[in-house]
Amino acid sequence: MDEIAAGLVRAAEMILALDPTVVEITTKSLAIALTSTAIAAILTVPIGGLIHFHNFRGKRVVVNLIQTLYSLPTVTVGLVVFLLLSRSGPLGSFGLLFTPWGMVIGQTILIMPIITGLTIAALSGVGPAVRDTAVSLGASKFQAIFTIMAEARAAMLAAVLLGFGRALSEVGVAMMIGGNIRGYTRVLTTAIALETSRGDVELSMALGIILISISLIVNLLVNRAQGNWWS
Amino acid sequence: MLRISTTTSLYDTGLLDEIEDIFEGLYNVDVQIVSGGTGIAIERAEKGDADLILVHDLARERKFIEEGYGLSRTCFAYNYFIIVGPEADPAGIKEMNVSEAMKTIMEQGIADPDKIKFVSRGDDSGTHAREKLLWDRAGFNYTEVATSGRWYVEAGQPMGQTLLMTSEMRGYTLCDTSTFAAYRSDLDLVPLIEEGDDLLNVYAAIPVNPAVYPETNCEMARNFVNYLVSDEGQSLIAEYGTETIGKPLFNPARGNCDLIGCSGDECSVPLADDRCNMAEA
Repeated sequence: MDEIAAGLVRAAEMILALDPTVVEITTKSLAIALTSTAIAAILTVPIGGLIHFHNFRGKRVVVNLIQTLYSLPTVTVGLVVFLLLSRSGPLGSFGLLFTPWGMVIGQTILIMPIITGLTIAALSGVGPAVRDTAVSLGASKFQAIFTIMAEARAAMLAAVLLGFGRALSEVGVAMMIGGNIRGYTRVLTTAIALETSRGDVELSMALGIILISISLIVNLLVNRAQGNWWS
Repeated sequence: MLRISTTTSLYDTGLLDEIEDIFEGLYNVDVQIVSGGTGIAIERAEKGDADLILVHDLARERKFIEEGYGLSRTCFAYNYFIIVGPEADPAGIKEMNVSEAMKTIMEQGIADPDKIKFVSRGDDSGTHAREKLLWDRAGFNYTEVATSGRWYVEAGQPMGQTLLMTSEMRGYTLCDTSTFAAYRSDLDLVPLIEEGDDLLNVYAAIPVNPAVYPETNCEMARNFVNYLVSDEGQSLIAEYGTETIGKPLFNPARGNCDLIGCSGDECSVPLADDRCNMAEA
């Protein structure tokens, strides 16, 4: 127990003193996860909209498939992206393996299903009355779609935030694609894995506290977004 | 139950898996192996989370024993460190001695970090400790080397992963011959520096001192050490790898005590029956 207590104290000191290593790793983590989330959101929110507003054969199958991919194992995504980006792989010539951009690609793929699926769920949550009202007031098809999306914006924001939370806290892609290179691709999760394995428990704890704090903030934001949506 | 905390090279090559199977059959005991760098392997033992360590960093082994955690050191196998890199050898280090090669990689890496990279374990493992020693012997301060630019890549990963990363980056790295041989078919790397001072790599077994951690399974740790240095254990080490990759991966310590710098009572001799009872804090 002493070690845990001492570790917590030391960790708090490192965070309060803005230890350069802690700041560097945290900034890197946020930058990579935010970039992945932005790209994934730009790509998948329209896809979610397309699926929701169009009726086609096999729509249920598609939605089920997307929901299954919520829990896409990070190491599987890591493996596939590794093989794609490796020098002997089809995208090897871009030299993206073991770079932050490689990690962004992996994390984007990882969180696309969850944002797509939750976007569809968010749009489905808007009652038919909203659409009917918009149409009866003379809205065109696109205006009606716009109205529904505006109505669902809080739930859609929650979808994006959940995607961000998953990108930030995953370790499989970060380790396999990023390679945990100090000062380059070392992020919160991979640093914790490394520092624990080499015995620097204080740094691990400091990084762990930061990671939990960010997750907590994201969670509060999600709740807040959903609260607005339901109220 | 026997808990062994070991360095990655012994584990990643598959040697310990084979010894584990035989040993479990001989002594009807459950052997649990945790692998990591030498740094963490020793740390686990210092916390009382292991009964035996198998490591390769003489300085830290001595410290482990001097501080009372380790019972005694027994050398059981050795191999060599090598510097591996792309066949094209962009820094041109082939034929150089170790210090010249390290210096050249650094100078050219700083000048052209896109082309010349050195990938370091960066994880306080025995190999990482040796790399630091080699920078020191080449006349450099390690901290300055590690912060001198992006040519120096700190992987923070086990040997196998570090080799794969080095291969992908077309860089150079320091590796033990056994892990390199085990991974070679997956790598675009060749050995470039294979001989020189400070490249010898000796593996030692140290049971945890029961006077410090009374609950440790010292008797079984002693049995394991004695199996490693037995005729059967030593010939198993001498032959391991012949079947899978066509040549042995490790050299047995027996008969090479002078070469590997292990003194008589450290070198491949069994521990006495009452060794565990004689332990002092």
